[in-house]
Amino acid sequence: MTAIGQSEFAIQAEGLTKVYGSGNTEVVAMRDATMEVKRGEVLALLGPSGAGKSTFLTAVGLINPPTRGRITIRGQVVMDGPAAQTNLRSFRRRHIGFVFQKSNLIPFLTAVENVQVALELNGAPRRKARRSALQLMDYLGVSDRADNLPSMLSGGQQQRVAVARALANRPSVILADEPTAALDSFRGRQVMELFAKVAHEQGAGVIVVTHDHRALDVFDTIYEMEDGIMRQIEHPTVSL
Amino acid sequence: MNLAIKDIRHNLGRFALTTTGIGLLLMIVMGMGGIYRGVVEDATLLIDRVGADLWIVQRNTRGPFAELSRVPSNLVHRALAVPGVQTSREFIYHTIQRERDGKPLRLAVLGLSWPTDRGEWLPLTAGRPLQQSHFEMIADETLRLQLGEQVSLGKETYTVVGTTKSMISSSGDGIAFFTVADAQAIQFDVPGEAVRLERASRESRGRDFEQAIQQPFILEQAGAPSQQLPAIARPQISAVMITVSPGTDVQRVANIISGWGDVAVFSNDDQRELLLKGSVEKVRRQIGLFRVLLTVIAAIIMALILYTLTLDKIHSIALLKLIGAPNTVILGLILQQAIILGTLGFAIALAIGQRVFPLFPRRVILTQPDLVQLAVIVFGISIVASLLGIWKAMQVSPHEALS
Ligand SMILES: Nc1ncnc2c1ncn2[C@@H]1O[C@H](COP(=O)(O)OP(=O)(O)O)[C@@H](O)[C@H]1O
Ligand SMILES: [Mg+2]
Repeated sequence: MTAIGQSEFAIQAEGLTKVYGSGNTEVVAMRDATMEVKRGEVLALLGPSGAGKSTFLTAVGLINPPTRGRITIRGQVVMDGPAAQTNLRSFRRRHIGFVFQKSNLIPFLTAVENVQVALELNGAPRRKARRSALQLMDYLGVSDRADNLPSMLSGGQQQRVAVARALANRPSVILADEPTAALDSFRGRQVMELFAKVAHEQGAGVIVVTHDHRALDVFDTIYEMEDGIMRQIEHPTVSL
Repeated sequence: MNLAIKDIRHNLGRFALTTTGIGLLLMIVMGMGGIYRGVVEDATLLIDRVGADLWIVQRNTRGPFAELSRVPSNLVHRALAVPGVQTSREFIYHTIQRERDGKPLRLAVLGLSWPTDRGEWLPLTAGRPLQQSHFEMIADETLRLQLGEQVSLGKETYTVVGTTKSMISSSGDGIAFFTVADAQAIQFDVPGEAVRLERASRESRGRDFEQAIQQPFILEQAGAPSQQLPAIARPQISAVMITVSPGTDVQRVANIISGWGDVAVFSNDDQRELLLKGSVEKVRRQIGLFRVLLTVIAAIIMALILYTLTLDKIHSIALLKLIGAPNTVILGLILQQAIILGTLGFAIALAIGQRVFPLFPRRVILTQPDLVQLAVIVFGISIVASLLGIWKAMQVSPHEALS
C-alpha cells in the first residue's frame, strides 16, 4: 500500500457493485463499476436518470458503502467491500469535498458560517476560517450575501455557497452530483471551470455528474453509466 | 463556532417559549420544596420561640401539639417546687373556628401565663405585649386582624393590641395570644342554658362528693362560675412549660418529674421531634412524593422537547456527518442545548418563584441547600433527557443528508 499523497491516482474504484434491498425488492444499482481518476484530472459522468450515477458517487464519497469492490483514494485503500478500512468521517473531512444537486446547506447558519464550519471542523481557528470562507465566497461572487441565512438566498447562490464549502479544505477529491442544475448556463460553466482550475492547481481528482453537454469541453475525461454499467466514452470535442 | 447557540438563535421564539414552560414546571417543583420547608418552619417556630426547657403533659400523651393533653392547673405550682426549676408557666392551646363578616375565622388560641408572661418573647411587628389581665389579644398577621380591632369571642370582646409575623400552628392557622384566663374563657365558652344545666348537675354531683358533705360551704359555691371552684372543677390546662435555673441539669429535673404518676415530661427537642414526626410527617411525605412525581414529569417533558429539537435538526446533523463532523461535535450540540434549556429554566423558575411565592397563603421557604439540590437534579435531568435525542442523532446516516 502506498502512503497517502504518493499515488498518481486521486481515486481508484475497482469492481464496485451495489445491491439495494433483498429478495423481491432487490435492485442492482451498480454492476462492477471501475474507474480511475488521476490527480489533476476532471471527469464528467453522464447517463440517464436511474442509471446508478449517484450510487457510484456516494460510494466513492464514503457515505454509501458498496456491496462489493474496492475504493482507493490517493493510494490508500479506504473501502474493501462494505468494510471501512479507516475512520471514514475524518477521512471525508480531510480529503473529500461534496456538492449535491440540492444545495444542502445548514439552515441555521449564515452563508459564510456554512463555509466556515467545514474549515473549523478541520481545526482552523475561527478568525482565519472566516477570512478564508469570505475569500472563497468572493471568488464565487456570493460574498455580498455572506451574512444571510440560506433561506434568503436564491437556488444559484445557495449552490455557489455549497461549492465554496466543498473547496474550503482543499480536498484531494471533489465529487459533484449535478451541481449546475440550479444555475444558469454562465454560472454553470463558471462552476465547472472552477472545478477544473482547482483540479489542475491543487492536484485534486474531480468527478462531476452532469447533463449539461455544452460544458463538456471543460473535462479531461468522460464516462457514461447506464443500467448500473460504467464505461469510458470518447471525448465529444475530440471526436468532432 | 457554537452550533448550539446558532441553532437556538435561529429558532429563538420557540426556544424562549419552551424554556418558559420548563421554567414554570421547575418553579412548581421548587415551590413544593419551599412549601415543605415552610410547613416545618411554621410548625416548630412556636416551640423554638417559647423557650421552654421541659414540657409537662398528660401521662401517656404526646403533648399539646400532637393530641389533646389535659393537666390540672395546680401542676404549675407542683413543678415550681422541684429543685432547680426557675420558672413554671401554664400552657393553653386549642384551635377554634368562628364566623367573622360571614367568613370562617380559624384561630389557634394560646394562653400566656399572666402576669409573668405578657408575650414579650413574641416577634411583634406592630403594637405591644399584653398590658392587662383581660380582653386584650395579640394576633398573627395571617389572621388579617388590624391593630385596635375588636373581636367578639364567646361572651367577651377582645381588642387586638399587637400583631406578630409567622406565628402559625402546625395546621397552618394563625395563632392568637390571650392571657390564660381569657384563653380558658374562650375554650370553655358554652351557651347560658348549658351553663345553668351544668351548674345544676354539679350541685347534684356535689351532694355525693365527700368533701362537700363535710363542708356544705363548698356545695353553696357549686352554682358559681367554674373558675371560682377550687376543689370541685378547676379548668384544666394543656401543659406546663418550665425553665431550669442556670447550671442545673435538665435531665435530672426531668427524671424527678417523670416519677409523678399523672404526667409525662418532654424536652423541647422531644416536642419538636414529636411534632415533626406526628402531624407534619404525612404532609412532608405527601409533598415529597408529589415533588418526585413532578421531577419525573419534568424529565419526561424535557426528554420529549430535546428529542423534537433533535428531530428538527436531523437533516443538519446528517449533513454535519457528511462533511466529517466528529460525534463529539454532534453530542456537544445536543448536550449544550439541553443544559442551556435546563439552566435557563431553573433561572426562570427562581426569578418567577421569588415574586410569586410570597403571595401564597402559607410560607414558601427557599433555602440555599434546597436550591443547590434542585440545581443538581435539573442538571442531571438535562443530561438524561438528552439521551433519547443523542441516540437518534447517532443513528442517522450521512447519506440521509441527500434525501
Ligand atoms: N436507497 C435506495 N434503495 C433502493 N433503491 C435505490 C436506492 N437509491 C437508489 N436506488 C435505485 O438504484 C438505482 C440507481 O439510482 P441512482 O444511483 O440514484 O441513479 P442516478 O443518480 O443515475 O439517477 C435506481 O433504480 C434507484 O431506484
Ligand atoms: Mg442521481
